[in-house]
Amino acid sequence: MIEFHLDARSGVAPYQQLIQQVRHALRLGLLREGDQLPTVKDVVGLLAINPNTVLKAYRELEYQGLAAARPGVGTFVTKTLSDASLAAHGPLRQDLRRWLGRARQAGLDDESIEALFMNTFRAVAGEDVA
Amino acid sequence: MTVALETQGLSKRYGRRWALRSCTLTVPPGRVAGLVGPNGAGKSTLLQLAVGLLRPTAGTVAVLGGPPAHDPEQLARIGYVAQDTPVYAALSIREHLRLGAWLNPRWDNEMAERRIAQLGLDPGQRAGKLSGGQRAQLALTLALAKRPDLLILDEPVASLDPLARREFLQHLMEAVAEREMSVVLSSHLVADLERVCDYLIVLAAAHVQVTGEVENLLASHRRLTGPRCDPARLPAGQDVIEASHTDRQSSLIVRGEGPVHDPAWTVGQLSLEDVVLAYMSRAGRAQNASRPGLEVLR
Amino acid sequence: MKGKTTMLRSVNPSAEAGPVGRARSTALGAILLTWRQVRAQVLLAFGLLALVAIVAIITGPHLVHLYDVNVAPCQSHNDCSSASSAFLLNDHFLQATLNTLVLVAPALTGMFWGAPLISRELETGTYRLVWTQSLTRGRWLAVKIGLVGLASMAVSGLLSLIVTWWSSPFDRVNLNRFTPAMFGERGLTPIGYAAFAFAFGVAAGVLIRRAVPTMAATLAAVVAARLAIGYLVRPHLVAPIRSTMPFPAGGAGPTAVPGGWTLSQQTINAAGHVIGQNGGIGSNGGFGFQQNSNGTLVLQGVGTCPGKPPVQLARSPHPGFLQACVKHFGLRDVLTYQPASRYWAFQWYETAIFLALALALAGFSFWWVRRRLT
Repeated sequence: MIEFHLDARSGVAPYQQLIQQVRHALRLGLLREGDQLPTVKDVVGLLAINPNTVLKAYRELEYQGLAAARPGVGTFVTKTLSDASLAAHGPLRQDLRRWLGRARQAGLDDESIEALFMNTFRAVAGEDVA
Repeated sequence: MTVALETQGLSKRYGRRWALRSCTLTVPPGRVAGLVGPNGAGKSTLLQLAVGLLRPTAGTVAVLGGPPAHDPEQLARIGYVAQDTPVYAALSIREHLRLGAWLNPRWDNEMAERRIAQLGLDPGQRAGKLSGGQRAQLALTLALAKRPDLLILDEPVASLDPLARREFLQHLMEAVAEREMSVVLSSHLVADLERVCDYLIVLAAAHVQVTGEVENLLASHRRLTGPRCDPARLPAGQDVIEASHTDRQSSLIVRGEGPVHDPAWTVGQLSLEDVVLAYMSRAGRAQNASRPGLEVLR
Repeated sequence: MKGKTTMLRSVNPSAEAGPVGRARSTALGAILLTWRQVRAQVLLAFGLLALVAIVAIITGPHLVHLYDVNVAPCQSHNDCSSASSAFLLNDHFLQATLNTLVLVAPALTGMFWGAPLISRELETGTYRLVWTQSLTRGRWLAVKIGLVGLASMAVSGLLSLIVTWWSSPFDRVNLNRFTPAMFGERGLTPIGYAAFAFAFGVAAGVLIRRAVPTMAATLAAVVAARLAIGYLVRPHLVAPIRSTMPFPAGGAGPTAVPGGWTLSQQTINAAGHVIGQNGGIGSNGGFGFQQNSNGTLVLQGVGTCPGKPPVQLARSPHPGFLQACVKHFGLRDVLTYQPASRYWAFQWYETAIFLALALALAGFSFWWVRRRLT
């Protein structure tokens, strides 16, 4: 069972944050098919948010085909997002570590690294679309 | 389900001071509605009118479709936690639960006792010796165990420390998740309300400034920043709530339905707190009507 | 509307009773709550009452015995003064204590049970808790006033019963139960005072909204009411009897009305003017005379007696002469009083007056709380 958290200052709507956290967990294999998502009651009992927010998030996940609600029982994961690409995570992570090391050695601070990455990421994404 | 709370032109005067003037609002059922405003805005007055502890000077108020404190049946369906959570100091927690059982036909004693145990409270302790947070939790337990259809909370977390506040809201949201219940709670802390409320009422200067679903309010209010402009030259269909100008830049908070196409403006999202503050300061300006214009120089 | 597909609905098996069942159960609940609130004080009061009863039962029969042995025999031949005085000294402390208890009990229950009844709830804000439970203000108020009001009346009533019974030997000697000092401490009147004090406390509390000032106001009201009733109202509840009696030589002195209530005893002259009180001449009711140098006698405060008194060996004038003098001036004694036979009628009337006042005050409290409060 995963546990949610909320970043009040992220500017992302709470229900979006919940969706993102579920998708993230799915991707990392922390959530697998058939796992139960925390009940609405448990989530609001922990986060002190409106139950509607959780319901909205779970409905959206259902709509995305990732989960399904069983009345009276709970909401369960129906599909996983992690796929074969999980195997590639290991080497990719290694490469990333090396790159980060080089960036630091070149004198970039955290903000510059992040800006450089996001810029390049967006540019490449744009090229992919084009 | 009938409308949770509805007022029409509701006004209340104490002596020469108007606490509420011509307040008209409708809270749909099944919502957690937040009533927010500065201290002394009339929030407490409005809620006390809703539960029949006060009588209006003018206008009407209806809860669950009927006048407040109309009959025992209706009283049984409404739970109320008063400001400062009054309790009988000489009675123990257990005796307060008995009070609830004696005076409420729909009392769920098992739930009440479970809650008290969950909170780690000693049932034999006198209520007068509880801390503010514990009293608030006791009061909430009494209101919830009544199994109400509508729960009205008057600044329930105002005098609580952050941990007690969080625990109170956690318990409240659990209870809302468990049964279909409408909630109206007042606070002058917007951050709390932003988490739990899906409906908002802003009360300032004795008037209702804005009401609506939180989603809609956040979608329809935006911050526009751009080069210094003439306030008259605004995108059509936008209602300016607040505007501030420097010699180079103008920053507006607007309410409107359609998107803003004018490329001169940068459109930004607002937090609920921003929206509330914009309306509250507008109300403040309206009160000091002698000050001309809407300009705030930064 | 929220659609809760993963909700746990808490179901209460002890579900809704019918409307009548609900009404009855919350009224019972209000009774239980009120009892819990006043429990300590009520138990204390009735505990003290039990103590008084025990003391009375222990000492009472002995007093009756003493009375029968020492006082009753002499009453038939009317030479009781020394036996009576001796008897009255028995259990003197207890007499004073019990009389004081009956005197203060109505005021105490009014102050400590009536005054805080509503005012403390308004002061501490607990009215905001209890008026938002499932019972209306009216029902809540009815239970509180009814229950605690009856308890107040019971305390004073039972206390009066005990003390009246225990004091009856003394009262038969003193024969003063109709006088202002004792009228409120025997029989039914304490019940009326208790009801009034309680109802006043409640009504004042509803207006003043703070417990301690209400207690002070209640005490003041009870004292004022009892003084007012005793001196302004009670004398005229039934028109008193005025009886004219001859004014004997030597002065009448105060006339006793055994078991009744003397309102005034005035000496009037032939013209009908009041020239003296308490069976004598002048405001202190004396009877004095002076011999003039020319031998005539002057009745002080009245005038010169006609003729000359005969010479006497002793200093006091001839009784026959004084009698003629009194007759000359037409002096008579007018006694205004309530006879002993009216005692119980007065008890009922006064109790009824205070009960009516109490009902009016209770009605006001109801109206104010339900219609006008906030």
